[in-house]
Amino acid sequence: MSTPATALTDQIKIANKAFSSRLIIGTGKYRSYDEMKAAHRASAAEMVTVAVRRVPLDRSSESFLDHLDSSLQILPNTAGCYSAEEAVRTARLAREALQTEWIKLEVIGDQTTLFPDNEQTLDAARTLVKEGFIVLPYFTDDLIVAKKLLDIGCAAVMPLAAPIGSGLGVQNPTNLRIMREQLPDATIIVDAGVGTASDATIAMELGADAVLMNTAIAEATDSAKMAKAMRLAIEAGRLAYLSGRMSKRLYASASSPVSGVVR
Amino acid sequence: MQIQLNGENHELAETCTLEELVRELSLTPQRVAIELNRSVVRRDQWSQTILNEGDRVEIVHFVGGGLSEARP
Repeated sequence: MSTPATALTDQIKIANKAFSSRLIIGTGKYRSYDEMKAAHRASAAEMVTVAVRRVPLDRSSESFLDHLDSSLQILPNTAGCYSAEEAVRTARLAREALQTEWIKLEVIGDQTTLFPDNEQTLDAARTLVKEGFIVLPYFTDDLIVAKKLLDIGCAAVMPLAAPIGSGLGVQNPTNLRIMREQLPDATIIVDAGVGTASDATIAMELGADAVLMNTAIAEATDSAKMAKAMRLAIEAGRLAYLSGRMSKRLYASASSPVSGVVR
Repeated sequence: MQIQLNGENHELAETCTLEELVRELSLTPQRVAIELNRSVVRRDQWSQTILNEGDRVEIVHFVGGGLSEARP
């Protein structure tokens, strides 16, 4: 666990809020509510995402929100939306139900790959920012789209590491590095495709401000253990990034003095 | 009187308000949000919103989810 000092000095700022944790997690795919709660606790995440769905009318359903730790900030998402219109309607409903301006914007372009439709995402972002939402948009790791999203007024940008639920880890580290360098003041949150701890560390070493994940934790055999691993991985990656790593060299460079060896 | 409720036909015995509909469906008001003909209706307006023939109502709540899953 971070010492209280670190927790306060290296906080991530998203819109008008500061967070000590740089891990944001989802609430889907868990085997049980107990497992989900244990994983959330182990992750030390301060914000979790939830999806918006039609209420089933044929049976009574308990409220999912009652199973979330009350200290967590709930970030509704527009998961499952395939058009800007659907996403905007979903966001408005979420705002009304949760009384929050925050929305994680997802507009999907294809059912198989679940890649985002950047064009529809930009469209939805424009509308939502105008309506006063705090928009966190998910998109492909495209610098030009990132710039457009920020110009529109999104609070952060969330480039994918790899397809949702694929667990492949960061597929295009170069893109992420370029994005970090070209957008030094932007809040960049890597979202989707993380599979194991090292993937999260790499994302942070490339300069991401935070990582959002769901499947990597929920589908681990021991999700609470993986949640803890992710927490540590992100802390390690962040520290390494702030430390200013050594340069890579093609040839060896001796660590010990060359003279004075017994021969 | 017939309305569209979450994409399905729904028969209402008599004219009612959104508040009455929520009660009839045994839903917890604080846990759901309602859209009527593509516009969100605030909770404090439910008791004054009367449903008409052909109205399209969407009632949603929150579920577990991180990122989109493939449609079934």
